Amino acid sequence: MTGAWPWLAVAFLGAYHGIDPSMGWLFAVALGLQERRRGKVFEALLPIAAGHLVSVGLAVALIAGAMASGLWILRPLGATALIAFGLFRLWRPQAHPRWVAMRVNARDLAVWSFLMASAHGAGLMLFPILMDMPAGAAGMPAMHHHHMPTIAAHGHLGLIQAIAVVLVHTGAMLLVMGSVAIAVYQWIGLQILRSAWINLDTIWAVALIAAGLLSLII
Amino acid sequence: MALWKPDPTFYPSPRMAAEGPREKLAYAGVFNPDPSNGKHDAMCVIDTDPQSSSYSQVVGRVEMPGVGDEIHHFGWNACSAALCPYAPHPHVERRYLLAPGLRSSRLHIIDTKPDPRNPKIVKVIEAEEIAARTGYSRPHTIHCGPDAIYVSALGNAQGGGPGGIFLLDHESFDVLGRWEVDRGPQFLGYDFWWHLGYDVAITSEWGTPNMIEAGPDLDLLVQGKYGHHLHLWDLRRRRHLKAWDLGAEHQLVLELRPAHDPTRPYGFVCVVISTKDLSASIWMWHRDKGDWDVRKVIDIPAEPADPALLPPALKAFKAVPPLVTEIALSTDDRYLYAACFGTGELRQYDVSDPFKPKFTGAVRFGGVVTHAPHPKAGALNGGTQMLEISRDGRRIYVTNSLYGAWDKAFYPEGIRGWISLVNVAPNGTMTIDPDFFIPFTGERPHQLRLEGGDSSSDSYCYP
Repeated sequence: MTGAWPWLAVAFLGAYHGIDPSMGWLFAVALGLQERRRGKVFEALLPIAAGHLVSVGLAVALIAGAMASGLWILRPLGATALIAFGLFRLWRPQAHPRWVAMRVNARDLAVWSFLMASAHGAGLMLFPILMDMPAGAAGMPAMHHHHMPTIAAHGHLGLIQAIAVVLVHTGAMLLVMGSVAIAVYQWIGLQILRSAWINLDTIWAVALIAAGLLSLII
Repeated sequence: MALWKPDPTFYPSPRMAAEGPREKLAYAGVFNPDPSNGKHDAMCVIDTDPQSSSYSQVVGRVEMPGVGDEIHHFGWNACSAALCPYAPHPHVERRYLLAPGLRSSRLHIIDTKPDPRNPKIVKVIEAEEIAARTGYSRPHTIHCGPDAIYVSALGNAQGGGPGGIFLLDHESFDVLGRWEVDRGPQFLGYDFWWHLGYDVAITSEWGTPNMIEAGPDLDLLVQGKYGHHLHLWDLRRRRHLKAWDLGAEHQLVLELRPAHDPTRPYGFVCVVISTKDLSASIWMWHRDKGDWDVRKVIDIPAEPADPALLPPALKAFKAVPPLVTEIALSTDDRYLYAACFGTGELRQYDVSDPFKPKFTGAVRFGGVVTHAPHPKAGALNGGTQMLEISRDGRRIYVTNSLYGAWDKAFYPEGIRGWISLVNVAPNGTMTIDPDFFIPFTGERPHQLRLEGGDSSSDSYCYP
């Protein structure tokens, strides 16, 4: 499983963002309800996913670029960034972009989603996974070998691998986000918010700190 | 402290809010009309739970630290707008009441937890700080927005204009600055609210502090100098979009009640008095094919009266103006209530079709001539003024004072403050609750807020 777990983790994080109401599905449902049109829910999902993709893509590119430098300091630096960001999210849980309102076009939605994902540290969370991902194309789950050297040891993240990470992550996000949005719009109703909208922000902040600590230890 | 689940008093839609549990407590801002005696304004806690042994009594009280505040339209730090999808922060608490002193310009932050019957003042923002950071003074109305706390203000620190809106951080209560980026021709301010589903705000007009603080100025009124405009704004870009002149004879454009359902693009505003015939009117703004417009939908005529029974200001007119100084819209947008401070009437309209309101009934408390009685207290003075409708639309809490300097013109004998309750049957029939009557001695309750939100405290992003 050493080869498959990073991919599962990448997809899991995407699914987690997909289920978080503040990352997109709730906005799509609200726009659908405002126009009383189910099609509007679908129309809103793609720009939201696109904004998320750009945010995560930039983070992965940044991390991949840093890895290519091969500096030993990268791991402690990334870990510190994770912990610091997690502490910030705990300290100011209500800090959020104040940019759009309810009348939005596709571009507004994409930029909003980009800002929400970035403010959330969605891409940053991928750092420890990327560090422990098997190196090169051989690391793709279908072709994995045991005892492959990890990226951290080997030194760089392949371009295809980086793109795959972003696509798997965002794809999982879109799938979950879309399923939740349609289920809530069509069958469940927004009453669910009152009971099921647990404080994912606090969980996320703790997870960021834990990931930072883990990547220091491992 | 962040909650683990959304505050249970946040509701995604007005329909869900109406289905929530009934209020067991209410908060009343109480004004002391004679600050020279050193008495303070207070926030009083009212027991509104019929099962409780202290039902319809004042069960808690916290006094403002200064004197001469004149507490006006206070509001919650957070409400159902926290669930809006573009800036959600559902895990804050509806906990703090922000009580503005319309006279003193001090803004009081009152903590209603851990003991809701024993609120505490935790912060006071001084007039100087508000003036320095926003240029405004005389804060009046508080609304909890999706992204910040919004406060309207009547003017600047010198008592002139413009009046406008400023923002507070909804976590730290820091004064963030003035809201308007481009105010266009808007100069006078008073109330404001919004249509979250359409990204627009509406503002109304009373007068600058210099125009109102010495009492109503008949010259200004006759010349049509008090507010007679309604303004439409881009809520997102903070820009003025459109001003409507309702006509200079339509003086004092006050309370704004947009539909609670965010998909319904209409709302109501009251005009206190027409200088032509002393009537009051209610106007409706609405969105029509992408553009917004306004029209008059309700006229309430003056009631002829024996001049001997009238205060000096009204003797020459031989009539009592209705003075609609407050309107309230039920959470389901079905009934609109108009408070006639002059005649004491509380009028109910079915506004299922907002273009054609149907007058469906009235009850009366006090009034300049009528002094309509309460079963528990006999003849009342003052008249129906502030209204607060419970979320389910079944109870309307009523108080009887307007604004110290203006109360005098219509009730020169002085207003003896009270809080009453009107029950509304499912078919809409109103009856004065014979058991609920709270008299105040030397003090005047003004605005109320109900525990868990009421019909004028929350706005919603979902239908």
